[in-house]
Amino acid sequence: MSYEPTILGFLCNWCSYAGADLAGVSRLQYPPNIRVIRVMCSGRVDPKFVFEALKIGIDGIIVMGCHPGDCHYLEGNYEAEKKFNMLKKFLTFINLDNRIRLEWVSASEGMRFAEIVSEFTNSIKELGPSPLKEDKDLLDKLEAIEMAADSYRIRALVGRERTIIESENVYGEKVPQDKFDNIFNTAIYDEYMRCRILLSLKKNSKSVKVLASELEIDPSEVLEHILILKGSNSITMGEIEGITPIYEYTMEG
Amino acid sequence: MTEKQDEDIRIGIFVCHCGTNIGGFVDCEQLAEYATTLPNVAHSEHNLYTCSETGLAAIRNAVKEHNLNRVVVASCTPRTHEPLFRDCVQEVGLNPYLFNFVNIRDQCTWVHMKETDAAFEKAKDLIKMGSAKAAKLEALERIVVDINPIALIIGGGISGMNTAISLSKQGFKTHLVEKEDKLGGRLKSLYKLFPNDQEASAFLEDMTKKVEASKNLTVYTSSKIKSIEGFIGNYNVEIEQNGDIISLNVGAIIVAVGASVFEPTNLFGYDGEKSITQLELENKLKNNEVDANNIVMIQCVGARNEERVYCSSICCMTALKNALIIKEFNPDAHVTILFRDIYTPGIQYEQYFKKARKAGVLFIKYTLEKLPLVDKNEIKVFNEYLGEEILIPYDLLVLSTPLIANNDNSDLAQMLKVPLEENNFFLEAHVKLRPIDFATDGIYICGSAKWPVDITESTTQGLAAASRASRILSHETIEVESSTAYLPEWNKSLCKGCEVCITICPYNAIIKNEDDEIEIIQALCKGCGTCGSTCTKHAIEIKHFNNEQIMAEIIAFGGKIIE
Ligand code: FES
Repeated sequence: MSYEPTILGFLCNWCSYAGADLAGVSRLQYPPNIRVIRVMCSGRVDPKFVFEALKIGIDGIIVMGCHPGDCHYLEGNYEAEKKFNMLKKFLTFINLDNRIRLEWVSASEGMRFAEIVSEFTNSIKELGPSPLKEDKDLLDKLEAIEMAADSYRIRALVGRERTIIESENVYGEKVPQDKFDNIFNTAIYDEYMRCRILLSLKKNSKSVKVLASELEIDPSEVLEHILILKGSNSITMGEIEGITPIYEYTMEG
Repeated sequence: MTEKQDEDIRIGIFVCHCGTNIGGFVDCEQLAEYATTLPNVAHSEHNLYTCSETGLAAIRNAVKEHNLNRVVVASCTPRTHEPLFRDCVQEVGLNPYLFNFVNIRDQCTWVHMKETDAAFEKAKDLIKMGSAKAAKLEALERIVVDINPIALIIGGGISGMNTAISLSKQGFKTHLVEKEDKLGGRLKSLYKLFPNDQEASAFLEDMTKKVEASKNLTVYTSSKIKSIEGFIGNYNVEIEQNGDIISLNVGAIIVAVGASVFEPTNLFGYDGEKSITQLELENKLKNNEVDANNIVMIQCVGARNEERVYCSSICCMTALKNALIIKEFNPDAHVTILFRDIYTPGIQYEQYFKKARKAGVLFIKYTLEKLPLVDKNEIKVFNEYLGEEILIPYDLLVLSTPLIANNDNSDLAQMLKVPLEENNFFLEAHVKLRPIDFATDGIYICGSAKWPVDITESTTQGLAAASRASRILSHETIEVESSTAYLPEWNKSLCKGCEVCITICPYNAIIKNEDDEIEIIQALCKGCGTCGSTCTKHAIEIKHFNNEQIMAEIIAFGGKIIE
């Protein structure tokens, strides 16, 4: 028998869930792989739900909400989109970004619902089983991503993005989208690397050089991250091997 | 199951066959049996219709007998049946929020009819997920909001006028908004009304007088709805009238926008002169302008075909009515009706049909495969009964065309956040259980906005909508959903005061109080849950959709490979 992926859907109660019901009322047939979790609004979907689903080996995750402008709670879907973009950026690091999807389906779009679910299921089928089921290394990286996405810095940026771009900041200026994206992309990358360093040091203490080869980045970049992590008391310098300092993870940070 | 069973949690699972809608595709008995293997499940059973009185009694009995404190029903959709089951568990002393719904019909058996094995596995997973969430459910207190006892009716046709008159008579302040410059809708263009041949203009005049005499009723003609915001009991509506904006606050909204007439461009030689629509015929009859002797009518023009599958339901009666009027004016006129099926339900309409036959109106059946061919002076039609083609001479051809959805329905639907069906008519919450309600609380639907209906039905629905709306308007307050956001006492220390929640809440329900603490005003919160998923410290929780409950659902699904 051919491989059947597991698909998890988060559907907002007012549009997408109603659209899914309409697909049923209209007896439209679509692949049976999807399991749906009903939430009141797509804005309810916390990135940590998506991480949890990925970690336990679910092959594809789709979030569906009302069309832009149609959210029953006015703006929840815009917030959902911000979170989704963040997730996408992170998951690109480990090539899993095509396993998550965000779509808008209205209450009258039963047909669209069925089509999207079919198409998404097939695309996941083509990708094959989630590599997270076997690949321990990848799971470690996902853990670093989850930790980074959960950091205050990233959650605050995601939560403030619309305010930062759409209204003026304390200095009375608006930040243009591309400028924000730059800040955001850098933050995402840095947090990811720092979390990988942290998790690696948590396993055992290491030198910058060892970390650099493990992360496949330049030692000078590792050092920059190390200094920041040291500043936040997340790590400390332990013993010195020869002339090479060894860093250790601390619980404080 | 390795998971530790919680002694205090006793879940009852009820699997509904929904007749054959579920039971015809998956084995409900086996599903119920499977449910007993799940953690914390103390009882399970399957019922033919869990929503029937027998089914509800079964739930009540089981709760008592097995000391259940959580109830899961696996059946249709929470969008229609959740209130019923919540009430049911409440009757036996359970908090309504200790009930959980699992949708195994609309989102399972109906959509996987040809893959019943996979549907069965899916139903199992959904029940497992629903049960896992149920185990984590918490009892909630209800929240109460004020109702502004004012109604807004959109559309001043026959149904909207009825709703308006009825509501204002009941003492509610009522606003009636009509986009045209006069009330009446389709009624304005009709000549006589079936089945009693009353003059439409007299009928409309009578109705208009009633509207004018209504004390609490304000009519806005040539007016359009600009925006609608708010929720049951408190909708803020902006109306545009001749460039001016009028702002209203109302407690309930009734959609009575009616429907439009399909124009048969390029069909059966339609030219508005020799080949006209029934509506154009009404106008001619009104002005006594019909001087034809051979009149042919064609039914189902642009209806019940591939493009428009539905039956417009009023055209058979309209054709019969107009045929009889012609016969009355001119008994020697030949009136032939080419039909596919004649639908005249009920005693009165069927009598009307008999009357037409007695009066000598000729009926000839045609089929979609062999449509009548219209020539300059003759119509060629394949007579089903004779099995051969016949020629009918005509000097007036009348096309019975369906009512179609207004093309601005989607704009209004978006403002109201209510759905349309595939033909762009408004879609009610449930065809049998809540035919006059929308799924969104405080908004109602009547008349041809939902489906083409005649005047009798428009009146019935208009009055029904008034009655549904008055259910809400007659209360000073109403209980609304309790699934709101809140900052639990034990999470307060997590909050670092970043205030992201304050900026993203679209209802301004989150504030910083005098103690410099985040506070969520329960009555303002609508429970979207966005603050919970945005909170930088995971301090805010969403009642009934909390992190633990959703995580439990995800984990229950568990990424098991579907075989
Ligand atoms: S309610 Fe559908 S996205 Fe917010």
